[in-house]
Amino acid sequence: MAVLDRPATADRPDPIASPPGTGGEATPPAEVARVHALRTERLLMKGNEAIAEAAIAAGCDAYFGYPITPQAELLEWMARRMPEEGRGFVQAESEIAAINMALGAAAAGARVLVSSSSPGISLMAETMSYLAGSRLPVVVINVMRGGPGLGSIGAAQGDYLQATKGHGHGDYHVPVLAPSSIGEAIELVGDAFLLAERYRTPVMILADGILGQAMEPVDPAFPRIAAQAADWILDGAAGREPRVLRSLHLAPADLEAHNDVLQATYHEIVEREVRWAGEQLDDADVVLVAYGTAARVARTAVERARAEGMHAGLFRPITLWPFPVDGLRSVALGARAVIAVEMSAGQLVEDVRLAMEGDVPVFHHGRTGGMVPSPDEVVDAVRRAWSRTPASPTEDVR
Amino acid sequence: MTAPSRNGSTPVTTATPPAAPGRLVYERPALLATKPTSYCPGCGHGIIHRLIAEVLGEMDLGAQTILVGSVGCSVFAYDYLRLDAVESPHGRAAAVATGVKRYRPDRIVFTYQGDGDLAAIGTAEIVHAAARGERFTTIFVNNGIYGMTGGQMAPTTLAGQKTTSSPLGRDTSVVGFPLPVTEMLSLLPGVQYAARTSVADPGLIGKSKAAIRRAFEVQQEGNGFAIVEILSTCPVGWGMTPTAAMDRLASTVMDAYTTGTFVDRAKGIAPSLPQPGTKMATAEA
Repeated sequence: MAVLDRPATADRPDPIASPPGTGGEATPPAEVARVHALRTERLLMKGNEAIAEAAIAAGCDAYFGYPITPQAELLEWMARRMPEEGRGFVQAESEIAAINMALGAAAAGARVLVSSSSPGISLMAETMSYLAGSRLPVVVINVMRGGPGLGSIGAAQGDYLQATKGHGHGDYHVPVLAPSSIGEAIELVGDAFLLAERYRTPVMILADGILGQAMEPVDPAFPRIAAQAADWILDGAAGREPRVLRSLHLAPADLEAHNDVLQATYHEIVEREVRWAGEQLDDADVVLVAYGTAARVARTAVERARAEGMHAGLFRPITLWPFPVDGLRSVALGARAVIAVEMSAGQLVEDVRLAMEGDVPVFHHGRTGGMVPSPDEVVDAVRRAWSRTPASPTEDVR
Repeated sequence: MTAPSRNGSTPVTTATPPAAPGRLVYERPALLATKPTSYCPGCGHGIIHRLIAEVLGEMDLGAQTILVGSVGCSVFAYDYLRLDAVESPHGRAAAVATGVKRYRPDRIVFTYQGDGDLAAIGTAEIVHAAARGERFTTIFVNNGIYGMTGGQMAPTTLAGQKTTSSPLGRDTSVVGFPLPVTEMLSLLPGVQYAARTSVADPGLIGKSKAAIRRAFEVQQEGNGFAIVEILSTCPVGWGMTPTAAMDRLASTVMDAYTTGTFVDRAKGIAPSLPQPGTKMATAEA
C-alpha cells in the first residue's frame, strides 16, 4: 500500500482504489502500523467519514472545523468520535478561528486535523502562511467545491493554483496530496501527518465534493502513525530555556536566514517526496494528466480511446506540490500529445506545460462550476489532440 | 562614584548607602528578561509585563505557563517574558489559546493582547472563546489607539480623541462609540472573572497586579474564562510626554472607562443577565 518516498512507475489500474505505488511493494516506514478493526471485511464508507476515521486511527489528537458543504460530514463524524476517544474537538466560530485553534494545538504538540471546503480554505489562507512561517505541522483537508465566490456545492478542482502556489502571503510551499479514491484518501491522511511532522510544515489533502460525498468499499485496516520526537513543542519552560514559535523576524538578515531554512526544507521535500501513479503509460502516444475525481474519468477515457486504436495512458500526480516534473517527462517525452484533464478552466495544465517545456504539445480539457467531464468528452479531446499532432517516433516503430 | 557639583568645584559623593542586610526591597522578577524593551518611554507595557512576571513567579507557575502573543507593540512580549510562547496572527490569540489549552489543560495559558488586536480584528475570537468558557486568561491592554502602526483610531478610542486616522477627533456620529469589550464579555456565563484596572499610579498598579493574580487563580480553578482589561498609556500615539500621558490616563480615560471587578462568579460577583432559555422583562411592543 501507499508509503512515502516511493515514486510509482508502472500501470496497474484498480477498479476501486488505484494504489499510488504500482511497482514492487515497499516496506512501510517503521512509524506506520495498521489499525485492524474487529471486523476484517471491507466497509462501505463515505469519503468525508473515511477521512475522519483515518485521521483518528492515525493518532489525530485534535480536530477543529466549521460547517460547510460538501465537507460537513467530516465535522459531524469528528463531533461524535473525538470525544469518544477522549480527544479534542471544537466547532469553531469561523474557519479563521478553526485554523488558529489548530495553530495553538500544534504549538503544544498535538497532531491536528482541520477540514473545510473552498471558501473556508480561502479564509484560512492567512494562517496557512503563519503555520509555514512558524513551522507548525497541521493537516488541512480541502473538499473542493465550485467557485469563484460562493460558487456551487458541486465537485470542482478550481483551487489547484491556490493549493500549490500558495494560499497566503510570503515565500512558502505546502505539500499537497491528491487522492483519487476513498481508499487512497485513507492512506494519504496517515502520510500527510507523517510529512507534516517530518518536515514541520502544514500539509494539504486536496479532495473534491465527489470524493467527499461518494461511498466506496474500504479496507478497515487504517494506518496508525507512531508519535514523533519533537524538541520544539511548548509545554512550559521547565528546566530549559523558554521556546518561542514565531514567524516574526524584523531584521531582514534574520528573516532571510529563517527563509533559507524553509527553502532548504522545501528542497528536501522536492528531492524525496514526489509521488505519482501511472496507468498504461508504457506505449502511450497520448498522456492524460489528471488527479482526484478527474483521474477516475480519465481512466475510463483511456480505455475507450484504446478501444478506438489510440494508445492513451494516464499520468496521475499524487503530490501536486511538489509536482512530479521528472516523472511526467520520463513517460511523456516520446508521446505525440499531453492532455491535462481537470475540473477547472485550466490550472493543472500550467504545471504540465512548465514540466514539458514545449517538448511535447500540451492540451487541456476542463469543466467548471461543479460539472464533471464525461469520459466521451475526454475521448473527443484525445481525438482532437491526435488530429493536430504528428505521429510520435514510437508510433512509427509500431 | 563621584560627580561634579553644580558649580564644578567640590565633588559630591553620590554612592548608594549600603542596604540594610537581609531586607530585599526591589528586584527584577526571574521571569522578566534582562534585555531592555523596545517600548517607548512612558508606555504601560513594561509595567504590565513586570506585573505578570511577578504574579507568575510568586505563584510558581513560570515553568508551566504558555504565553499566546498577539500583533501590535506587544508582539514583543515573548522577548521580555521568559515563558514558552507562540505567536498568533493579528486578532486570533483567543483561538490560538483555545487550541493550546484544549490540548494541554494542565498548563497555564494566557493571551496578551492590545485593543486593536482584541477589540477590532479579534472580536469574533474573544467573544466566542469567552462564550465557550475557555479555561485560559486574557490580559487585555487598552491604550485606546493603534500604537505600532502610528497612532490610528482604535475601537476603544474615546469620543473626540484625535488620532492619525481621526485627525479632527473621533466623531461618534460617523464612526460610533468606544467599544466596552469587558462589559460586553461580562454578560456571558462562560466568563468566570472580568475586571478593568489601570496603571495610572502605584496604587492602581497594585490593584492591577491583584487582578492579574486573581485571573490566573480563576484559571487554576478551571471553571471558565478570565479577562483583565488594563487601561494603559501610549504617550507617542497620544502626542504627549510620559507624565502628561499618565495624567490623561488618570483623568480623562479613567473617567470614561469604569474600573473594578465586573465578574468573579466564585466570589458571588455575577451580573444577573438574561440568557437564552430565560425570559427578560421587556417593554410592550
